[in-house]
Amino acid sequence: MSENKLTLKKRLHEIKHRLKGKKIAPAFGAFHTFLYTPDETTHSGSHVRAADDLKRTMNMVILALLPVLLFSFFNTGYQHFAAIDAASGAPRTLDLFGNFLTWENFWLGFVQVMPLVIISYAVGLGVEFIFAIIKGHEVEEGYLVTGMLVPLIIPVDTPLWMLVVAVVFGVVIGKEVFGGTGMNILNPALTIRAFLFFAYPTWMSGDKVWVHGAVDRAGTPDAISGETVLGYLAQNNTFEYSTADMFFGFIPGSVGETSAFLILLGGLFMIFSKIASWRIMVSAVLGSLAMGLIFNWVVDLGWVGESSRFYGLMSFEYWKHLIAGGLAFGIVYMATDPVTGSQTHRGKWIYGFLIGFLSVMIRVFNPAYPEGVFLAILLMNVFAPTIDHYVIRANVKKRLKRFKTATVYPQATDDKAEQLKAETV
Amino acid sequence: MGLLSKKDANLILDPLADNNPITIQVLGICSALAITAELKASVVMALSVVFVLGLGNVVISLMRNIIPSKIRIIVQLVVVATLVIIVDQVLKAFAYELSKTLAVFVGLIITNCIIMGRFEAFALGNGPWKSFLDGIGNALGYGVILIIVGFFRELLGSGSLFGIKVLGDPIARTGLYATGYENNGFMILPPAALIVVGLIIWVQRSRNQALIEEN
Repeated sequence: MSENKLTLKKRLHEIKHRLKGKKIAPAFGAFHTFLYTPDETTHSGSHVRAADDLKRTMNMVILALLPVLLFSFFNTGYQHFAAIDAASGAPRTLDLFGNFLTWENFWLGFVQVMPLVIISYAVGLGVEFIFAIIKGHEVEEGYLVTGMLVPLIIPVDTPLWMLVVAVVFGVVIGKEVFGGTGMNILNPALTIRAFLFFAYPTWMSGDKVWVHGAVDRAGTPDAISGETVLGYLAQNNTFEYSTADMFFGFIPGSVGETSAFLILLGGLFMIFSKIASWRIMVSAVLGSLAMGLIFNWVVDLGWVGESSRFYGLMSFEYWKHLIAGGLAFGIVYMATDPVTGSQTHRGKWIYGFLIGFLSVMIRVFNPAYPEGVFLAILLMNVFAPTIDHYVIRANVKKRLKRFKTATVYPQATDDKAEQLKAETV
Repeated sequence: MGLLSKKDANLILDPLADNNPITIQVLGICSALAITAELKASVVMALSVVFVLGLGNVVISLMRNIIPSKIRIIVQLVVVATLVIIVDQVLKAFAYELSKTLAVFVGLIITNCIIMGRFEAFALGNGPWKSFLDGIGNALGYGVILIIVGFFRELLGSGSLFGIKVLGDPIARTGLYATGYENNGFMILPPAALIVVGLIIWVQRSRNQALIEEN
């Protein structure tokens, strides 16, 4: 057995050497390093010895996403059967071990969600391989996390061909045209979602897409539906989900966004393993709380009455914004993307705060976009380099000032200041 | 090209490809974004610009020796404005629906950078025949891109070409729609035009490496 394995390993190494210099080499190399540690080492220059390379970082994020994915299997099934029960006039009450963690739920969810995961990975990695071959560079691991995020942020019944189109668009336009992993301005997973949202809005919003089977059954006697919490609020309607349901995620929504509890666990895991920035997470939470509080105050002051079309979302308790919709998922897994977010410490606070602030603002002011969080993050992705630029400039200015007051010769200061400026610009 | 000398032919052919006003000089982008959601509007816009730029270049070229250089921009504007008003009135008279779709963008041909650019860069220094060819060439180069963008945006965004539903009826779900296909709403939105123009630039530059700027 072990001998067999060795020969396979050896054979792969041999093939790799034979392919050296050929067009297919990077693609094979990527496949090879995916299975085995490469047999070559760097011979010159300095190298950093650290275990947390890109692949390790990516795997940690995927590890943090696995509970969410697993939960989504059960929830997809549960919401489907719960909607059928509700339509037949016998609404279910949740019983965690009785009717939630059942084989039936799991299997239905598995059958519905896994194709999304597989398509997302197959198409995305396919595009990456093609680009690596054309450009002749190594395949980067950038898509590993994106591929897992994408199925979790779309409705469960998204047609697979739409996902294919969107993934190709997102990876090519969102990432490869800028130069691939590490060079992209926008978060690729959110680019894919934004594309789906604007290209096929009927499949991304409304009360039919969040529960499996609702679209197929529309117009038949078996019709079912499932509105999201935010959808109810945007229409000034009340909903029956308890706060605990919302926190633990027993509500309809995009595949993996519902359970704030598991997302919180994933977030803590990434903070303690130092994969994601706690500054961005904390400031984004503060930002959304701040905006939520402002809206609550506006309602308390009586400026917005019950007749207003904003009343439902504005009067929603400020902290509940965090457990409804995709805000928690966006903050933990998307806003913290190290490539598209701010790099400086102070920049991260500003970047995160504005994501939270704008998410809730877009939610409330444009009920057509209840998932304001993806627009807010994409917008701040664009602004992140600008924020960093001003944070760095402010720091340079502060240090220049300190430098000026400390030095005796004013003439020398100016030269030095100019020089410093030239270095930092 | 028996009709034209090689030099003259290049005046027309160059802007069609290697010196295209939209993809190489990146001029006239705003109208390319605004009116290319339908192929018909793209074609009419292209023809309008061919008319205005071809004729305008000739007029400016004829007047090039008597225009005081200090007020040449104003003179150019008067010439473009006259021609644009003719186009606008013709459209209103014979294609009212279309003129409503194009709305303000026919009037905005006046500010199309391609037109003022050709007046300044070519018509003021060359004879009427050459200016005419240059005007037609650049307007066609602009029009070709408009039509390509309009083709893809209307086909993918509305499933039709020139208003004819070539992919079947999306409401009755015939043709391609029977398989579950949906129109791509994103293609109707102006950002899609930007992306399609970007893709055209990408294809063009990868076919002709000489066009890639060094940096």
